[in-house]
Amino acid sequence: MNGNMDNFYQVGREHDYGTPPADSENSVSLSIDGARITVPEGTSVLRAAALAGRQIPKLCAVEDLSAFGSCRLCLVEIEGRSGYPAACTTLVAEGMAIATQTPRLAELRRNVMELYISDHPLDCLTCPANGDCELQDTAGAVGLREVRYGYQGANHLAAETDASSPYFSFDPSRCIVCSRCVRACDEQQGTFALTVDGRGFDSKIAASQDQPFLDSECVSCGACVKACPTATLTEKSVIELGQPDRAVITTCAYCGVGCSFRAEMQGDQLVRMVPNRDGHANHGHSCVKGRFAFGYANHPDRITQPMIRESIDQAWQAVSWEQAIAHAAARLKTIQNHYGPKAVGAISSSRCTNEEVYVVQKMVRTAFGNNNVDTCARVCHSPTGYGLKTTLGQSSGTQTFDSVMAADVIIVIGANPTSAHPVFASQMKRRLRQGAKLIVADPRRIDLVESPHTRADFHLQLQPGTNVALINALSHTVISEGLEDTDFVASRCDTEAYRTWREFISAERNSPEAMQGITGVPAEQVRAAARLYAGAGNGAIYYGLGVTEHSQGSTMVMGIANLAMATGNFGRAGVGVNPLRGQNNVQGSCDMGSFPHELPGYRHLSDRQTRQQFEQDWQVVIDPQPGYRIPNMFDAAINGEFMGLYIQGEDLAQSDPDTQHVHAALGAMECVIVQDLFLNETAKFAHVFLPGSSFLEKDGTYTNAERRISPVRQVMPPLSGMAEWEITCALSTAMGYPMHYAHPSQIMDEVARLTPSFAGVSYARLEQQGSLQWPCNETSPNGTTFMHVDEFARGKGLFVPTPYVETDERSNSRYPLLLTTGRVLSQYNVGAQTRRTPNQQYHVEDRIEIHPSDAEVRGITDGSWVGVKSRAGETVLRAELTERVQPGVLYTTFHHPQSGANVVTTENSDWATNCPEYKVTAVQAYPVNQPSAWQALFQQQAKQQEELLPSVLPG
Amino acid sequence: MTVNIDKLRKMAEQITANMAYTDDQTVVASKVADHLNRFWDPRMKAALRDYASAHSAELSPALRKAVMQLDV
Repeated sequence: MNGNMDNFYQVGREHDYGTPPADSENSVSLSIDGARITVPEGTSVLRAAALAGRQIPKLCAVEDLSAFGSCRLCLVEIEGRSGYPAACTTLVAEGMAIATQTPRLAELRRNVMELYISDHPLDCLTCPANGDCELQDTAGAVGLREVRYGYQGANHLAAETDASSPYFSFDPSRCIVCSRCVRACDEQQGTFALTVDGRGFDSKIAASQDQPFLDSECVSCGACVKACPTATLTEKSVIELGQPDRAVITTCAYCGVGCSFRAEMQGDQLVRMVPNRDGHANHGHSCVKGRFAFGYANHPDRITQPMIRESIDQAWQAVSWEQAIAHAAARLKTIQNHYGPKAVGAISSSRCTNEEVYVVQKMVRTAFGNNNVDTCARVCHSPTGYGLKTTLGQSSGTQTFDSVMAADVIIVIGANPTSAHPVFASQMKRRLRQGAKLIVADPRRIDLVESPHTRADFHLQLQPGTNVALINALSHTVISEGLEDTDFVASRCDTEAYRTWREFISAERNSPEAMQGITGVPAEQVRAAARLYAGAGNGAIYYGLGVTEHSQGSTMVMGIANLAMATGNFGRAGVGVNPLRGQNNVQGSCDMGSFPHELPGYRHLSDRQTRQQFEQDWQVVIDPQPGYRIPNMFDAAINGEFMGLYIQGEDLAQSDPDTQHVHAALGAMECVIVQDLFLNETAKFAHVFLPGSSFLEKDGTYTNAERRISPVRQVMPPLSGMAEWEITCALSTAMGYPMHYAHPSQIMDEVARLTPSFAGVSYARLEQQGSLQWPCNETSPNGTTFMHVDEFARGKGLFVPTPYVETDERSNSRYPLLLTTGRVLSQYNVGAQTRRTPNQQYHVEDRIEIHPSDAEVRGITDGSWVGVKSRAGETVLRAELTERVQPGVLYTTFHHPQSGANVVTTENSDWATNCPEYKVTAVQAYPVNQPSAWQALFQQQAKQQEELLPSVLPG
Repeated sequence: MTVNIDKLRKMAEQITANMAYTDDQTVVASKVADHLNRFWDPRMKAALRDYASAHSAELSPALRKAVMQLDV
């Protein structure tokens, strides 16, 4: 029931070879304490020694950071050289003979250690780092036996602890000023929030202008805490609980970066999440969400018992799993008998594992007998699926994250990586600091436009809703100025389609000059940006929901692909088209056949051969016609012909646009089954509640934005007694289509059996490799780093003409402003998880950003209440006056349900996929002094729902 | 009518506008029909076709042609 315990991947302490690996094909041989070793050129002596199994004492060096040479402990003797060089800053040379342990070195190291310890509290037994202290270990290693200076001299022992961060404590009395924290903040995170203040004995670590961490520029990524060799920077959970006794490698359940973490445990208790140095997506880095915000998993709001009720105004009744499943199946069958087999459907979640998603779509196509399955990717990246499949032949990003380190020019369109994909943003900033150029296209001045030591070369600050006009102007420049890669286009792309496109894009109406009236971006800027990108050796495009969530989302994705093809930016490191996926498993949920028109592996239902393959394996007949998408389901519900919905881990009532329409649709259904961790907004409309399990409670896999399949491993049993894939299988079985798997690995085996791009994937392979990037099959048994290397997945790349079609959602005298939406770093999506952690302190409410000039004419002041009214609805938020937004544009986040951001968004959507146009809503703004009518109703409903919870529920 | 025809019409016209990069209505119509056939639930296609048979003048010329090619 609780997963296969043999699959636990338990590991001890993380290795640390002292300095980063060298990237060289040349090798160098040397001897260390008489042992011969061959290492890549550019390796430090410290690392070479560690690789040879010789641990040289060190304090300021750590594998994640470049060598610094300050602690004077890693001294060595080199034959034929005088003095005692530091092993961390000395590089290996051919034939070097190194001694790491000599009487002279031992004496020097003891002397250094003596100085450190003369100014350090000697309360090791009660210190939180006890058992995990490099200072203590090093004192032991060098054989420190006395401190001749005594402890009475000047010292820092009275320095005060800064406990302002909710997650870690800063106790400067324990600090040895090795500057690992400062360098972690600079090199790994790229925020430059920490510094060494003062000189010599007065040196101390300071956050920003010597402020408490919480008030400083610190973004709480935790890199400094991980880097600290003492108890100076320590997780509060470790202070409270003590050292973990084991670690399980697993994958973060927040954004599409998919960071690998060590879940460090004491029994079933999660002590801390530490980013895994061997993680292929994150290389030992993390953000505040993955590193610290896991407390939701044990929050008292978790519902752990199934519940049912006859109608949504009734109190919930806690029941057994058997009763809940039988009840749900009976209601769905009653609906099918009355309204027909197509009157029910399901929605899978991008938060859930591949295996959990796969069984949902399988249940719909077998037990339900229709294709009414969709996934929450509908409302984020469905245009990516459509656009990249059409142009390139595969619905996925083309690169690895590491590829950015080879990019010369980076374009970021409609994405805010420092907030939404922070670990990748840190890597991108590292590349920018090395000199890569940056072009940002965004209506708002995102942090990347100007951040410490990086600055965008161009910020194309376009009007919301004019992406396609801008991308066409960029492509027009490439063609009209002869900047295209003609060899690439000739050899790799469909000639006829290219000719049609070339003719289309060359038309004067697509020129930067013609488009500047629409986009608001000066033509000269567009031309210069196009020249920069086209002239780059390697040009890479990264994009997010600011591209997809528009009425022309799919067109824009194809426009991006056209531009990248025209400039030959495919098939190698440093280039490509890279969608930044919002949720951890958006890629995976799409891969697994969650869309109503296709089977796993993006194969259309109309493909008879594919259909037959599944029909034989599943022993059912599959309908060759597509089913309903999410918005179609809502419309059909309101029309009385779609009556039952199984929702796996998605909060439609909060996250989908035009809230009032969504609520009407959910309210019209006869059976809404919600499977979630919490009684979310959608559960207010539910008849059956099935308690879900957090990522800590189950085995499975997630697939990140790089197509990287990474293992999720169970570290504690599911609180509800059932993992989510088991719930779906039980429902399917009760509906008359038995599904029995002993473990999620068997589900993956089925996926591999039926899906060519996953043919080589298995849990055993994942165990060996750590992660695998699909396609992974006979042709690429170790997975695929770069897509479309010799030819595109579809054969020849297809240029598609992308006419700019203005959105219906335009401003006028009644709704003169354009509202756009986004996220902050500390909260995640609708906030269901992060609001139930101390991350709440960083962002207590959603605010509406408004330009000071727009505010002034309306009498709106900073912090005052603002009514925001669109054609769909009205809500009230507090104002934040800022020049980040241009005049005429408003911006807000949607992390708190009572903000009602989606009360104002409309049901306009992408023409090809119905992905909602979240990013453009015409609104009016005005000062008010009370919440909107919707918000008053929301408060009242929330209170009512609480009263309907059965009192017997735990927590 | 079981579905909201105004919405379907709007969606179909939106598809048509995004395919209309050429003046050749036959090309546009076949692209629109292919899109609807691949991505629309047959109930939606049927509703659009039924509507078109009574109100063809209200649809753009390319969409009118496309509706004739729906596979329901």
